[in-house]
Formats: sequence, C-alpha cells, structure tokens
Amino acid sequence: MRPEQGTMQSRAMAMAALLELLTDQPVIICNGFPSREAQKIADRPTHFYMIGSMGSAAAIGLGVALAKPKKQVVIFDGDGNVLMGMGTLATVGALKPKNFIHVVFDNEVYGTTGNQPTISNVVPLEKVAKAAGYVNVERVREREDLVYEFKDMLKKGGPSMLLVKVNEMVEDVGRVMLDPPDIMKRFMKAIE
Amino acid sequence: MIESDAFVQALQDIGVDFFTGVPDSILGGIIAELMARRLYTPAVREDEAVAMAAGAYMAGKVPAVLMQNSGLGTSLNTLISLNYIYQQPCILIVSWRGQGGKDAPEHLVMGEVMPQFLETMKIPHRTLTEKTAIDDLKWVAETFMKKRIPVALNITKGVVKGLHP
Repeated sequence: MRPEQGTMQSRAMAMAALLELLTDQPVIICNGFPSREAQKIADRPTHFYMIGSMGSAAAIGLGVALAKPKKQVVIFDGDGNVLMGMGTLATVGALKPKNFIHVVFDNEVYGTTGNQPTISNVVPLEKVAKAAGYVNVERVREREDLVYEFKDMLKKGGPSMLLVKVNEMVEDVGRVMLDPPDIMKRFMKAIE
Repeated sequence: MIESDAFVQALQDIGVDFFTGVPDSILGGIIAELMARRLYTPAVREDEAVAMAAGAYMAGKVPAVLMQNSGLGTSLNTLISLNYIYQQPCILIVSWRGQGGKDAPEHLVMGEVMPQFLETMKIPHRTLTEKTAIDDLKWVAETFMKKRIPVALNITKGVVKGLHP
C-alpha cells in the first residue's frame, strides 16, 4: 500500500506547520509541487524555489550553509529528489555543517509527473543519511511529532534530517510565478 | 609551465573564494595547492559541485568548480536548468582530457567535441596558455561579471604544473 499505511498528513499540511516555525532562515525548496505549494502557503524572500535541476536541493543548501555558517539553512526536499542526488547525503555527512537542516517530505511517488512510484517505500532515506554521517535523524508521521522534532533540530547542531511521511495529496497550485533571476535576486538580498 | 600556487593565487586575486569540484590528474597540482590553503570543498559528482557553487554564489561567494571534461556531461542539466536560467555565474576550470586524440579511449569523444559542446551549451570558454595566462584570467573575470552565467577555462596537459611533472 502507498503511501505508508496510516499516513494522513499531506505535504502541504506538514510544510505549513514547519513554515510557521521559521522566520528569516534561508529555505531551499526542491522543484515540482513542493516549491509551488510553499509559494502558496507563505511566499517569503528567504525562499529559493527550484524550478529545475532536480536532485540538487541539498547541494544548493550545502553551498549556502558553507558560505553562511552563522545562518541556519533549511532544505525542503522530496524522496525522488534525494534519491536522484543521493551522493550529496555523503558530502553533507562528511562535511558536517552544523547549520544544515534537511527536511524530506516522503510521499513515495514522483508526484509532479503523475505519481509514478519511487523506491523510498523500501529504502529508508533517514537511515541512509545517518549512515552517511548526519548527526540527528528522525522519521515522523504525525503533526505533533513533526513540530516537536523540527523545533528540537532548530536548537541543535546538525547536520539533521527530518523525514516526514506524507500522503500523495497535492494542493491546487500553479507554477512558480516569479522569473528565476528574480527569485534569485530576492533570495540573495534576503539572506545577505 | 605555470606553477600551481601562482595559478591559485591568480584566481584568488580576481576574487574567487569558494572552490569545489571533482579531481582530475591534470588538475592534481591545483587541487593540492587549494587543499594546502584550506580552500577546497570536495564534491562527489560534478553536478553536485555546480549546485553547491550556485548556493555559495547566492550566499555572497565567487565560486569556481574544478572538473575533468567528462564532468561537463554529468553537469549538463544543472548548468542549464539552474545556473543558466537563474543567471548564477560560476568559473568552470575544466581539464581537457582527450585533446588531439592522445588519451585513454574513454576520453577521446569528449576530447574531440569539447569546444563545440561548450558552444552548444552557450558557455563562453577559453583555453589557458602560459603566454596568455594574464589575459585569460582577466577575460574569465570580466565574462563572469558581465554575463552572469558559467564560464569555462580549459586546462590542457602540461600547462599548469601537476603532481607528477
């Protein structure tokens, strides 16, 4: 059965809960529905919406984290994205940036292209991250656990991965409205 | 032959302050020098290095990515659907394996088509020579600032001192 049995929360619900806890932290959001949903829930200049380059969210976030060690950097990623750029889990685990929080919304499908299955139902990505050297990893399903663990990760030194099991529900959202150079300029100014 | 430390110093002098990449033998001396200066962040794939450099650029750094030309193939989508569309500049320091058809078989095709490949990808590029080195680096810095896209400096064998002279 997909997604993991008993998963009630949608990605948008989980994302909204996390965005409520964030203020001025840079947030890198992976391509596809996650960026579109984040823009709809709370469009902030500190958001970098990816519209292409699938698999790169964690690497982009790592570049920001290394260049701005005093800022906590949050990555909103998906299971398909993490699987595509899985080597970056090793790079993060080896470099151990303390200011790196990797949230993975795991719905076990490539949602943007029509819900084709990924393999995250049998590959626990948080365990891969732990083995690669992430300091804190948690796997959560319920909203209250999500909020509790994310608050905890905001207080701790990382790198941390919070894997959130979500269902396949998608918000009614259009494409990211801003032009890519405008997304970037706004983001650069906001995190200066 | 250009000394590795002079080459790295010249890059620092034009403002480059974030170095990542994946090694190649031609780039061995440069990477050793970068590591000695504690300036190098190793990546596991070239597309990862390009994305990391894009992140560093947005956080205020001037990034360079070192790679073998095979890595251009690996990075193609990231260069196009990240750097190019967002207008994130980056200095690509690319070793030209397979140039002139004298190399191991896996390098020959990319070695032959590399200039056309870069042109098709709309990446401005120049090949470093000892004689024109100052001009070459000046051109890299100017193109980076003006075009706000990746720019490649190709390095052929024997131009910058390697680990095994």
